[in-house]
Amino acid sequence: MVYITRVEHFNAAHKLYNEHWSKEKNEEIFGKCANEMWHGHNFELYVTIKGIPDTETGFVYDAKKLSGIIKEHITDVLDHKNLNVEVAFMKGKLCTIENLIQGIWQQLVPNIPSPVLLHSLKLYETDRIFAEYFGE
Amino acid sequence: MEEHRVSVYRKEHFNAAHRIYVKDWSNEKNAEVFGKCSNPNYHGHNYDLTVKVTGVVNPTTGYVMDLKKLSDIINEQVIDRFDHKNLNEDCVEFKNLIPTAENIVIVIYKLIKTHLDEAFDLKVTLYETPRNFVEYPAN
Repeated sequence: MVYITRVEHFNAAHKLYNEHWSKEKNEEIFGKCANEMWHGHNFELYVTIKGIPDTETGFVYDAKKLSGIIKEHITDVLDHKNLNVEVAFMKGKLCTIENLIQGIWQQLVPNIPSPVLLHSLKLYETDRIFAEYFGE
Repeated sequence: MEEHRVSVYRKEHFNAAHRIYVKDWSNEKNAEVFGKCSNPNYHGHNYDLTVKVTGVVNPTTGYVMDLKKLSDIINEQVIDRFDHKNLNEDCVEFKNLIPTAENIVIVIYKLIKTHLDEAFDLKVTLYETPRNFVEYPAN
């Protein structure tokens, strides 16, 4: 079994804001991330798949094709967007990287062709903050 | 005594939302010229800032300038002003100025310059993404 990782990126606006709370409570819990007028990040997404290298191509899966899948289902949907307002799979969810990474997983899983498996995602919000998800 | 000019650098960062558009243009025209950067719902970046101060090494302190003091100036003048803000909507500096990286770096230069000793030369480099960056003044 070999693990292959493809790195992609997208730039987006968001805010951390619980609509059921007052503005004051949001600012208390989420600090400046609750700014109602949004802020933004350069997000880096690491997508790791796993499988047995094909005896003829030597590939687990063509990394260029993997890039195309990520582009079609994730980066085209998220890049230069407002994650709270414009992304269907984040509707009604708090826009933390914890929730975003699970949403990305759900979008990707059905689009990774068998027998290749999606192993993990790593999502960087800044150089210093990132989340990992293994589908558990 | 021989005078040595040395450049000292301080890196800082801030995260912000913005939109690149001309107010007098339609959404269609803005999309045509600025592409997805003109999204009316904004997008955002992690901005990385490198501030370069060049001057003579003070023979008593061994410093060009105390980098903690430079950090304080950058934080008070730039980071507190722009971090976790919408540059178009929250920041008076961009009320009538398009917040492209070019215009942001000039604004940052001016904000820092007024708080530095006039004997120092200043250069600011601003990364909008790891692959897109600008510097002011130009060489």
